[in-house]
Amino acid sequence: MSLVLKLIAQRVSLGILLLFAVSILIFVGTQILPGDVAESILGQSATPENLANLREELGLNEPALSRYFSWLGGIFVGDLGTALTSGTNISEAIGARLGNTLFLAMVAAFISVPIAILLGLLAVRYKDRWPDKLISATTLASISLPEFFIGYLLILFFGVKLGWFPTVATVFPEMTLGARLNAVMLPALTLTLVVLAHMMRMTRAAILNVMQSAYIETAELKGLSSFKIIWKHALPNAISPVVNVVMLNLAYLIVGVVVVEVIFVYPGMGQYLVDHVSKRDVPVVQACGLVFAAIYIGLNMLADILSILSNPRLRHPK
Amino acid sequence: MADDKFLDFRNLKIGATLREPGQPPQDITIVHGVSATLDKGKVLGLIGESGAGKSTIGLASLAYGRGGVEITGGEVFLNGRDILKLDRPRLNGFRGQEVCYVSQSAAAGFNPAHRLIDQVIEATLEHGLMSKSEAEERARYLFQALSLPDPDTIGERYPHQVSGGQLQRAMTAMALCPKPDLIVFDEPTTALDVTTQIDVLAAIKHAISVTGVAAIYITHDLAVVAQVADEIMVLRNGEMVEHGPTKQIIEAPQEEYTRALVSVRSIVHPEKQPTDTPLISMENIVAGYGNDITVLNDVSVDLYAGQTLAVVGESGSGKSTLARVLTGLLPPRSGQITFEGRPLTPAQADRPLDDLRDIQMIYQMADTAMNPRQTIGTIIGRPIEFYFGIKGRKLKDRVAEMLEKIELPADMASRYPAELSGGQKQRVCIARALAADPKVIICDEVTSALDPLVADGILKLLLDLQERENVAYMFITHDLATVKAIADSIAVMYLGKLARYGTKEKVLSPPFDDYTDLLLSSVPEMQLGWLEGVMESRKMESAGN
Repeated sequence: MSLVLKLIAQRVSLGILLLFAVSILIFVGTQILPGDVAESILGQSATPENLANLREELGLNEPALSRYFSWLGGIFVGDLGTALTSGTNISEAIGARLGNTLFLAMVAAFISVPIAILLGLLAVRYKDRWPDKLISATTLASISLPEFFIGYLLILFFGVKLGWFPTVATVFPEMTLGARLNAVMLPALTLTLVVLAHMMRMTRAAILNVMQSAYIETAELKGLSSFKIIWKHALPNAISPVVNVVMLNLAYLIVGVVVVEVIFVYPGMGQYLVDHVSKRDVPVVQACGLVFAAIYIGLNMLADILSILSNPRLRHPK
Repeated sequence: MADDKFLDFRNLKIGATLREPGQPPQDITIVHGVSATLDKGKVLGLIGESGAGKSTIGLASLAYGRGGVEITGGEVFLNGRDILKLDRPRLNGFRGQEVCYVSQSAAAGFNPAHRLIDQVIEATLEHGLMSKSEAEERARYLFQALSLPDPDTIGERYPHQVSGGQLQRAMTAMALCPKPDLIVFDEPTTALDVTTQIDVLAAIKHAISVTGVAAIYITHDLAVVAQVADEIMVLRNGEMVEHGPTKQIIEAPQEEYTRALVSVRSIVHPEKQPTDTPLISMENIVAGYGNDITVLNDVSVDLYAGQTLAVVGESGSGKSTLARVLTGLLPPRSGQITFEGRPLTPAQADRPLDDLRDIQMIYQMADTAMNPRQTIGTIIGRPIEFYFGIKGRKLKDRVAEMLEKIELPADMASRYPAELSGGQKQRVCIARALAADPKVIICDEVTSALDPLVADGILKLLLDLQERENVAYMFITHDLATVKAIADSIAVMYLGKLARYGTKEKVLSPPFDDYTDLLLSSVPEMQLGWLEGVMESRKMESAGN
């Protein structure tokens, strides 16, 4: 067990190190952007004097290094700073919106991951026969359509024609879970259709790869049914690649939902980020970037750890 | 079915469809109408070279075709019904219940994700033959019958936690657990070291006799099958050559081909005596990988011009590492190599071109040692061009000359490795090594991947070339029969040390050290009752101690 703990500790500390590196990248990246927030706030009415005053007021004249460390210091105590354009607390604003984004991602994941794996298993079971071809063709078609197009198609059919789900995914804190689920159903389905094909195809490929192994023949010659062979003997050895692609898609569900949030007017992180990028509100962009990076690194770290745990050679050393 | 033969192959025909890219699918026949019967509790040995169709026939008794293999004709009656006519659910019903399978590599045949015990009892539970606790009880009994260590707890381990020989026995336990009528053993000891093979062989034989199960035992090694089979069928290119009781096949074979198999390794090689100065002298070599793994510990051997030093040992004994040290791929931590009386630079990268040319190598897998996209002519021509700068017309002539030396036709030069047989590929590798006009060739298990008769041809060629070119061989092998055939001096390696070293006559004559004794007595001999004799004498020895 100690070997596994050591490996996990290694992954975690690497993840933290990586996050530091990313924080530097984000900070440097936003510094070298042309123009600054003072210019964008003042817009047409900017005079050199106004600009100088506003910059002084916003602390933009401090050296970059000291601004970086005061920003980093704030993050450690949960303070992401103040939005320059609205003067609101970024941590609070992000808190609510991150919750919404995570909720949407979770609903999409709960729908898409089991379906993707099940479809992958079915495709393996009926390899090169019509169910396999049908699954491949439909998932490929759904991944080939741009997500805004899928979103509008779903709105048209389920929202407008059938009237099953609301076309605008409005959520507010007092909602019940059922109402909330109902509200996010269309964006969640859109996301599901987008990520399904990738996960399903990877599951199929990973399991087919394992199906070449000699122990699959052993299982077959024991008289096990095809599905039992796939489920019990192939899947446990294909977990590592499957987990990796699932985590990559989960990360996408969280950090890549901008378009879907805009289509469904969903109050999530993506909208928040886009709004503030256009206003050149650097602290908000930095904070969002850091949160996305943390989620991305965290999920990939989790994939690594699950891969380690799924390997019997590491779990049970000689 | 009227008679009481419980297994009956009738005119079995098996084929496959080759689908090579860019060519129309092509049907080939692997087995051309083989018939055989087996009584309850008897063991049938199937023997032949690769491509003889022996595994294919063995798997046909499970109505199974590996890969694209299909049973195209004939009948296989098992317990009174033709199993080739069963549908998939009924097939699943008899596989793992009436017939079980033990594969060549148990290391690959066990699922790495599950504990041994769960896999051993899986078929038994699947077919509802016993309760879980009964099945586990039986598994532990079988572990004991197969002389596995800690039979009560070994099942809790994962496949990677036990050795290759133990896995092979666990796989036999897996096959025995559902109390089948028939077990198909497909080369169960081929991948094992010779000293492990004898233990596994004895364990399998014991288990067969206590459970009374019938078996089909597939192998390419006649000496092995002679120890376990009641009758033997000799196969060649998918056809039966000879079928009879084991005693008759071994002692009075009727067919020419069987006689060739029985008398294989008939090479007579008069031993040469060491001369005054060795060509290469390796002294007190210590080498290893990384900082803390020492593979070679104080090894000193000499190699004489035009002679063969056989380095023999089991896997992990350090014999291939010794070759890597000599080639300079792995510089030793300490010790010295003297070549023609002067010290040889330890690292390959620092050696002058002539030293590199003088030491050439031939590998075990000729397949992977050649670039599949180069013609044979390019492969053999490369060292000639590289070391001697010969090009064009002259290069072609030299390649043709080399092909003649290895007894292949000159038009072979325009062909690709994939078009050659295993033996031909190894000949090309020999030609490539020889083309550099070296003083030493390191042969790393060059015959282990080849069928006995083909291997024999390669050894004869090597000895012949040695006579003509006066080249020295460092011949690395785990096969003592090969060693006896070609060596002038022998180094027996065990756990990175020299267990025994000297001229062939000295090493192979008693008194032996313990390890050499074990090694020599483990090599299967082509006589009935050899296995019992060895096990009996070992038992007495250990009782005497």
